[in-house]
Amino acid sequence: MTAYLIFFFTVVGIYAIAVIGLNLQWGFTGLFNAGVVGFLAIGGYTFAILTGPPRADFFGGFSMPFMVGIAGAIIASMFGALLLGLATLKLREDYLAITTFGIAITIQLAALNSDWLTGGNLGLHGIPRPLQDLFESNAAYGVFYLGLVAVTLGIVYWGVEAIVRSPWGRVLKAIREDEVAAQSLGKNVLRYRLEALMLGAGLMGLSGALYVGFIAYISPFDFMPIVTFQIWTMLILGGSGNNRGAILGALVVWAIWSGSGALVANMLPPVWQARGGALQSVLIGLLLVLTLLYRPRGLIGEETTISRHVTGTTGAGLTKKKETKA
Amino acid sequence: MDPLFLQHTSDGILTGAIIALGAIGVTLSMTILRFANFGHSELVTFGAYIALVFVSFSGIGAQPIDPFSIGWPFFAAIAAAGVGTALLALATDWLIFRRLRRSNAARLTFIFASFGAALILRNLIMLGFGASPEYYSRELTMAILIPPGIRVMPDQILVLGLTLVLVVALWAFLTFTRAGLAMRAVAESPTLSSVSGIDVNSVTRWTWILSGGLAAMAGVFFGLTVQLRPEMGFNLLLPLFAAAILGGAGSVFGAVVGGLIVGLAENLSVIWISPGYKMAIPFLLMLVLLYLRPHGLFGRGER
Repeated sequence: MTAYLIFFFTVVGIYAIAVIGLNLQWGFTGLFNAGVVGFLAIGGYTFAILTGPPRADFFGGFSMPFMVGIAGAIIASMFGALLLGLATLKLREDYLAITTFGIAITIQLAALNSDWLTGGNLGLHGIPRPLQDLFESNAAYGVFYLGLVAVTLGIVYWGVEAIVRSPWGRVLKAIREDEVAAQSLGKNVLRYRLEALMLGAGLMGLSGALYVGFIAYISPFDFMPIVTFQIWTMLILGGSGNNRGAILGALVVWAIWSGSGALVANMLPPVWQARGGALQSVLIGLLLVLTLLYRPRGLIGEETTISRHVTGTTGAGLTKKKETKA
Repeated sequence: MDPLFLQHTSDGILTGAIIALGAIGVTLSMTILRFANFGHSELVTFGAYIALVFVSFSGIGAQPIDPFSIGWPFFAAIAAAGVGTALLALATDWLIFRRLRRSNAARLTFIFASFGAALILRNLIMLGFGASPEYYSRELTMAILIPPGIRVMPDQILVLGLTLVLVVALWAFLTFTRAGLAMRAVAESPTLSSVSGIDVNSVTRWTWILSGGLAAMAGVFFGLTVQLRPEMGFNLLLPLFAAAILGGAGSVFGAVVGGLIVGLAENLSVIWISPGYKMAIPFLLMLVLLYLRPHGLFGRGER
């Protein structure tokens, strides 16, 4: 049971990093990224190719250190976001949704078909886990990796909190609330959006890399579209615009997902297992739609920000009209 | 000309026609309902499976009409699929999108919700029918040989003909009926239309009915010429959006042309690159177009 809990919280922590990345894009800037899983895949594969063992006749397997793999994963995801953002950020907002959705599908296809780079549908095996030699048992290593994820999550949380409270972060919110107003104050809207998209994508890449480092294996089937839905639901349910909400959402949704999965595995006969997976997805969809309809702010919504120069009751009027956003 | 090239061209036109039917609905909802409906793909799937249920109940004793693989009851199944899917579209609007409109939600919230609805619908099909492919008919039909060597199935010609009829009917509806006029007016400017006494709610209903019905047709035709799978609509989603955007969101004519371009590009691409990447072609095409001509081939500058 302890082993399972350690596994459970490690996965939650890895997801939470991606959810915070999405929060930066959606919660704080209002960018709709429908291809979260694509950025996880870029990060994961970059990490696997950089740190993995050499493969005969194939590209990659550079056996580089863990930290190089992590840095490469973040940079590659950010670069992907840069290309995508340049093409779409100037357009109507739903185009970003459509193109990010497309990029995730394209990346999965590329992963599935580029045997020379990604190992195709067999994936890449034997990716070294950091510092594994120092630990005698798998259980002890599990605790270490949980610690590694927790520390990373802590740094990410602290860093993003600092960023969104900085002048840069305030501009993001200003753009989200009223693009024209921000523009008329001389802010380069496109540039801020691009930076937020890239920063969020970098966190998703980090999350993908940590996941691969954890399971020491990567295949295209780890990056199915359902992952995007899970991460969204985590953010929307937890409360977009709030990083603590993002972490809480990751915890709650992953508990529901794996709980319902265990239920399906134990209750349904083997022939129904595949359809049981569908039941899990229906549950995620319901959770997403019901939250949007009945609790658009999520479990803990965004804190209302009022200038510290405003004191007393006069500030109350400034806090309204925040709730319309999901 | 190279027969292989011609064969892929003819397959491309057929795929394109089916994509066009779905893309019309996407383009209508993008301009009239004002959001990209990611649940549209599941309307395609539901249409196909409603027809399947209908066929499996009425199929006994129905002789196929030579040279096609299907019999007369199939046309009733098509009608049932259209009506059933239009009702489903109205139901999703009533349950989800109407409430969001009422609470004045942001446009992107609608997209989020449409993704959620799609996830639910797709997996309900999966729950009900399982993952294995289904067919309307196991009847074997002979391909028709068109010189210099193109093979076309009779069913494919039927589908192409029906698509043509549907597109002309839609054009007539939008051009000559009051409801069609109202739809075009709302697409142009919702505020001005409501000021001029156009019932925006009725326009919204018509939009769901039309896009649901056409999506069902796309699904049935795809099921007839390829096969039925729970993820068939989901796999068509990107081609549908690519076609709608290529044609310029809001233009029915553009969606049809966009559909044909996407269908042709998908099928011709296998001559040069691995078929594994076929699904990415519509998306890459769209990305290139967005760089070059952000408002589509036939669209006007609206941001």
